[in-house]
Amino acid sequence: MSRTQFPSSALDAVAGTPDGATVLVGGFGLAGMPFELLDALIEQGARDLTIVSNNAGNGDVGLAALLAAGRVRKVICSFPRQVDSYIFDELYRAGKIELELVPQGNLAERMRAAGAGIGGFYCPTAVGTPLAEGKETRVIDGRTYLLEYPIHGDVALISAWRADEVGNLVYRKTARNFGPVMATAARTVIAQVAEVVPVGSLDPEAVVTPGIYVDRVVRVDARSFLAQGAR
Amino acid sequence: MTTGPLTMDELAALVARDIPPGSYVNLGIGHPTKVADHLLPEAGVVLHTENGMLGMGPTAAGEEVDPDLTNAGKVPVTELPGAAYFDHASSFAMMRGGHLDVCVLGAYQVSAGGDLANWHTGGADDIPAVGGAMDLAIGARLVFVMMALFTRGGAPKLVSRCTYPLTGVGCVSRVYTDYAVIDITPEGPRISRTFGMSVAELSERLALPGLAG
Repeated sequence: MSRTQFPSSALDAVAGTPDGATVLVGGFGLAGMPFELLDALIEQGARDLTIVSNNAGNGDVGLAALLAAGRVRKVICSFPRQVDSYIFDELYRAGKIELELVPQGNLAERMRAAGAGIGGFYCPTAVGTPLAEGKETRVIDGRTYLLEYPIHGDVALISAWRADEVGNLVYRKTARNFGPVMATAARTVIAQVAEVVPVGSLDPEAVVTPGIYVDRVVRVDARSFLAQGAR
Repeated sequence: MTTGPLTMDELAALVARDIPPGSYVNLGIGHPTKVADHLLPEAGVVLHTENGMLGMGPTAAGEEVDPDLTNAGKVPVTELPGAAYFDHASSFAMMRGGHLDVCVLGAYQVSAGGDLANWHTGGADDIPAVGGAMDLAIGARLVFVMMALFTRGGAPKLVSRCTYPLTGVGCVSRVYTDYAVIDITPEGPRISRTFGMSVAELSERLALPGLAG
């Protein structure tokens, strides 16, 4: 009996997400965004959330819909401003949402550190820039580095391609992006997948996220966001 | 000296010719993306995209479009034989660990000492977005910048000190512009090629201490 649970609906999968939670949300733009889990989180009702994601929503679906529903207090991301980030832009300009801007590599590595039990790390990214303000610096072998701290999530919402019945995950193409690192960095990791296959069906050499990291898996019908006019 | 300044497409072709065969290369969003159109298959240049892929192919069209396969600009792309996918932490470890040979980035300004400003205008109403620019700036072995040499108002974008917020310090190796290619060296900026403007005229318009032809 696997520790990974397989709730029958996305709403059951996100049950228990508390108000004030830090939620890691997978995806790069729309690729790998866990649409169904985000819709379920809107329905579930958790508020005052801190969202950690690469972007701050596209169009009016997925993460953008969660923002539009007024559930998000703060976004920690690398690239909020995009051609179709109008929901975030409006909230930000109205002072209704807080932004912590993090270089993309630090965003990924800070979550990797959280998942690997690393208390902090020194990195040369952003040295001498406005994003270095307030950070401890250290010179190692003649190069200057900034001290970066881990980002822990209470919950991670990610989208993978296939799971097996013990929660091992494989992804598809560049939709993998933040999924594997977010799966290591949150207390409760929830994955939506297009297919759940029997144990033994995934090549163990090809498993990307081992089931040890995955708490809940929900199968959703693959949906084409292109057809839904999200771009 | 050629008869006139280069178009961005001609400049992209020039950058592509200067990328050593077999290089692993990241092309930034905007004009640098055009460099891909001028890379010859026999050169064996492998394109990296920071959202987790090596071996990126051309932009996808029609039936090829797959929402799970995009570039850093979120444009649908294709995969070439030999492509590899990896997660974001691996993608940036690859970059920050010094494994990429070249990156080509756009810029608002570059300083004579190779400082780069390309992420934020600093304007009060401008929403800042940095993406992977700061990681690329410090990570790639060679950082090429591709930009117009002057703003629309005629002000040089190669400056003694950047007035826009910095992306990285002393990180730029070479600047490709419509009027000249300029190497950033420990001795100062060096004009290596000009297009439609003499070295003397360029030196006068840029008025940069230490600039040499």
